[in-house]
Amino acid sequence: MEPPAEMIHWLFATGLLMLALCLLSEAVVGREVWQSRPWRKYLWPGLAFGMGVFMWPVMAFFTNSAIHMYAHGSWAEVLMLAGGAELGLVHGRLKSKWWRLTMPLAFVVTGTAFIVHEQNAWYFARSAFLHHLLGWTFLVAAVIPLGMTFRPKSMALQSAFALTFVVLAAMLFCDRDLAPVFGHLSPLAGVPHR
Amino acid sequence: MSSTYARSLPADRVRRSAQVISLLGPATVAVGVAWAIVQPYRLTLLHPLRQGFWWLLIEPPLLVMVAGAFFALVVARPLLVDLAERES
Repeated sequence: MEPPAEMIHWLFATGLLMLALCLLSEAVVGREVWQSRPWRKYLWPGLAFGMGVFMWPVMAFFTNSAIHMYAHGSWAEVLMLAGGAELGLVHGRLKSKWWRLTMPLAFVVTGTAFIVHEQNAWYFARSAFLHHLLGWTFLVAAVIPLGMTFRPKSMALQSAFALTFVVLAAMLFCDRDLAPVFGHLSPLAGVPHR
Repeated sequence: MSSTYARSLPADRVRRSAQVISLLGPATVAVGVAWAIVQPYRLTLLHPLRQGFWWLLIEPPLLVMVAGAFFALVVARPLLVDLAERES
């Protein structure tokens, strides 16, 4: 009944792609125009929060070890925290700019969880390679939302933030449960199904 | 940025923004179409026999196309209307 794990990656990649398109649009038109319709200002923070909510069933149904459960659980928490903080900020309920630090926190926790919960080496299989790559990308890219905390109107930072999600979505779309990476596939991984 | 400033954005900047926004959705759909052409085996709809429910439902190139189309119709279209109002 459950879909293969790679499909969950693709669904979250679609969510990240939508997030990227919204963030890029906001960077291009400016925050004032983007927020001129009430529903639009809640769009990408709501999407981030929703992805955090959907991470809980992933934690419950796709956990094959304790470390997977901790990784997915911590993603769910930080995604909901970052999305919720952004919802509070755009609504005006939250005033302090320090709430924006929840986004770099989410990046750091996500990156660490990606690296820690991938037990295999880089060239074990494509999924192992992408998990390492995703983890390090999240960790390095955390400087972008960190910079946006102090310069929230910087178009360069906003665009870099959006393009980061495009890159992350592309990596997740490339993920397969069992496939070689650059010709490498450990015999311990099994036989690729397709 | 105050709303007064936003309304007085230079017309050429508004036009350029509108061009970028109107291209984002179709460009995303085009990427999905290109992916489907380069890796047709990722589209199980092209060989649906003996495929399970999930393999027929979740197909990455289609997901990219759907995301692009959804963005173009639901997000970009009203955004372009708002930009046109700023320009006029």
